[in-house]
Amino acid sequence: MSNIAKAFENGKAFVPFITCGDPDLDTTARCVVEMQKAGASLIELGIPFSDPTAEGPVIMEASLRALENGCTTDKVFEMVKRLRTELNVTVPMVFMTYANVVFSYGIERFCKKASEYGIDGIILPDVPYEEKDEFDGICKQYGIDLISLIAPTSDERISMVASSATGFIYIVSSLGVTGVRSQITTDIPSLCAAVKAATDVPCAIGFGISTPEQAAKMAASADGVIVGSAIVKIVARYGKDAPEHVGEYVKSMVDAIK
Amino acid sequence: MPDSKGRFGIHGGQYIPETLMNAVIELEEAYNHYKNDPEFNKELTELLNEYAGRPSNLYYAEKMTKDLGGAKIYLKREDLNHTGSHKINNVLGQALLAKKMGKTRLIAETGAGQHGVATATAAALFGMECVVFMGKVDTERQALNVYRMKLLGADVVPVTSGTATLKDAVSECMREWTTRIDDTHYCLGSVMGPHPFPTIVRDFQAVISRESKAQVMEKEGRLPDYVLACCGGGSNAIGSFYHYIEDKSVNLIGCEAAGRGIDTFETAATINTGKLGIFHMKSYFCQDEYGQIAPVYSISAGLDYPGIGPEHAMLHDTGRAQYVAVTDDEAVNAFEYLSRTEGIIPAIESAHAVAHAIKLAPTLDKDKIMVITISGRGDKDCAAIARYRGENINE
Ligand SMILES: Cc1ncc(COP(=O)(O)O)c(C=O)c1O
Repeated sequence: MSNIAKAFENGKAFVPFITCGDPDLDTTARCVVEMQKAGASLIELGIPFSDPTAEGPVIMEASLRALENGCTTDKVFEMVKRLRTELNVTVPMVFMTYANVVFSYGIERFCKKASEYGIDGIILPDVPYEEKDEFDGICKQYGIDLISLIAPTSDERISMVASSATGFIYIVSSLGVTGVRSQITTDIPSLCAAVKAATDVPCAIGFGISTPEQAAKMAASADGVIVGSAIVKIVARYGKDAPEHVGEYVKSMVDAIK
Repeated sequence: MPDSKGRFGIHGGQYIPETLMNAVIELEEAYNHYKNDPEFNKELTELLNEYAGRPSNLYYAEKMTKDLGGAKIYLKREDLNHTGSHKINNVLGQALLAKKMGKTRLIAETGAGQHGVATATAAALFGMECVVFMGKVDTERQALNVYRMKLLGADVVPVTSGTATLKDAVSECMREWTTRIDDTHYCLGSVMGPHPFPTIVRDFQAVISRESKAQVMEKEGRLPDYVLACCGGGSNAIGSFYHYIEDKSVNLIGCEAAGRGIDTFETAATINTGKLGIFHMKSYFCQDEYGQIAPVYSISAGLDYPGIGPEHAMLHDTGRAQYVAVTDDEAVNAFEYLSRTEGIIPAIESAHAVAHAIKLAPTLDKDKIMVITISGRGDKDCAAIARYRGENINE
């Protein structure tokens, strides 16, 4: 069983996302430590990309700040190594980034390093089912799950996408891009039910979730809840002092979905 | 021809969020249906002829030919189209397709503003809602076109993210499309982005070479030896090349924007300076060693794009077409040259092709024939070129 599957074994999973390198990688690492302490089941590490098509303004701006501050793929790898070796982070971790970051590094070189340093999966929001073979074959070779996404518009694609999914399925809660939303109008229970009918792989919902109430509601239908922009906003607000605030927030969300 | 997944060789594909997959599949199905529909084609031809003013002239540039003293030069006058550029060819096709698909709203990205103006025009004609995304930097460089779009009833949204230029406008359009698919068609302006756009736009622009081939055959009784076009995303270039691709004797030359030079960071010459990458499609992109898309630069807002269409990437790989880089300086000189020599003010984009012709034509025998696509007219550029020459005029 993949490490990721283990993240979904003890009740509902809370999955926080953070943009690496905003404001700097040391702060990111300290945030990750706090996330683990607060009970995160799985952590998504965003490797910044210059043109993140699936991202709303919050994560897009964080990515650009990180790049301006000199964050690179290699430096993110070094941070992951430190998390695993010096900072005792044992919770499963996945990268979230864009196709070109992995492709330009060399898919094989990227996956080899990711696996060596203790990354369990990769989410590439701009690699849909039709394009995944080029990445998936190599990911599998290195024991990394390439995470599949399902959207409110997926309809008859759901069974096709879900049946080949590994690790977990990322259910996109709303049309549009990442970002905090006051209301999520998609029929989440039906969407989750359709996914669950097609696969036993656990599913987590993300995009637009920020409050404990929303999280609790989502957790009723899915196996886990993913939160990105709300956390990235906290980091943007508190900068180097963000880790304790991120920890508190994650704790409140973990408690909400228990 | 692309394969079923929209590949041109290794290039192309569909690198977009899952949220958009059904939208592009729906578009592909609709396009495959209508492209062979006689009624659709009849309506489109009528629009192109009656509304856009096609066919565009193939004009023998006698003074330029004599002045350069080499190949015989013809200009394919896309600048004479309604709205002033080749962009209208694609837009009328896509707007008609969108209408058939039941869409009531067009969104588009624009660089120089020509594609935005064309889209706003079609939206006005078809009674559709229209929102154009334009990099903030470009709204300032091309203020006149912003006004034209608004006049035509479109909303213009200045994009401030990233480098605030064309690539950011494309991304913003993609984002907008993911939030509103049901009633909205994304009218992409060049042969780029996910399949089926590179094919659809190519097919709608192929009218350029379909006409020019017939026109040059009529005037000269034979095929041209050289076809030149400027190349940003590559839509006027692929349209200019398409019907000659199988005619191996015809040299196809795409003219990229070198900006301040391909040995500087201020360039937009994708094939000359970029490497293979993935951004909505697989193709060549200007990027750094970690795959971050590079900020690009050219005096021409329409060529200021860090990627190139997948079919061009393939034509480059196979050697069928050649891609040369033309600097700002050379383009501005050509802009002035064509104005003075032929009384034709070309778009600064098109001036890149003219600039290469000025270099190439004198090296060729007088019995060679060259066709240069003048993709647009240069009125929109006059203020910027005046500034480039140190003269301040009010638009
Ligand atoms: C007049 C003109 N020519 C050329 C271009 C470049 O686009 P493409 O390479 O797709 O023809 C533009 C784009 O705005 C344009 O306005």
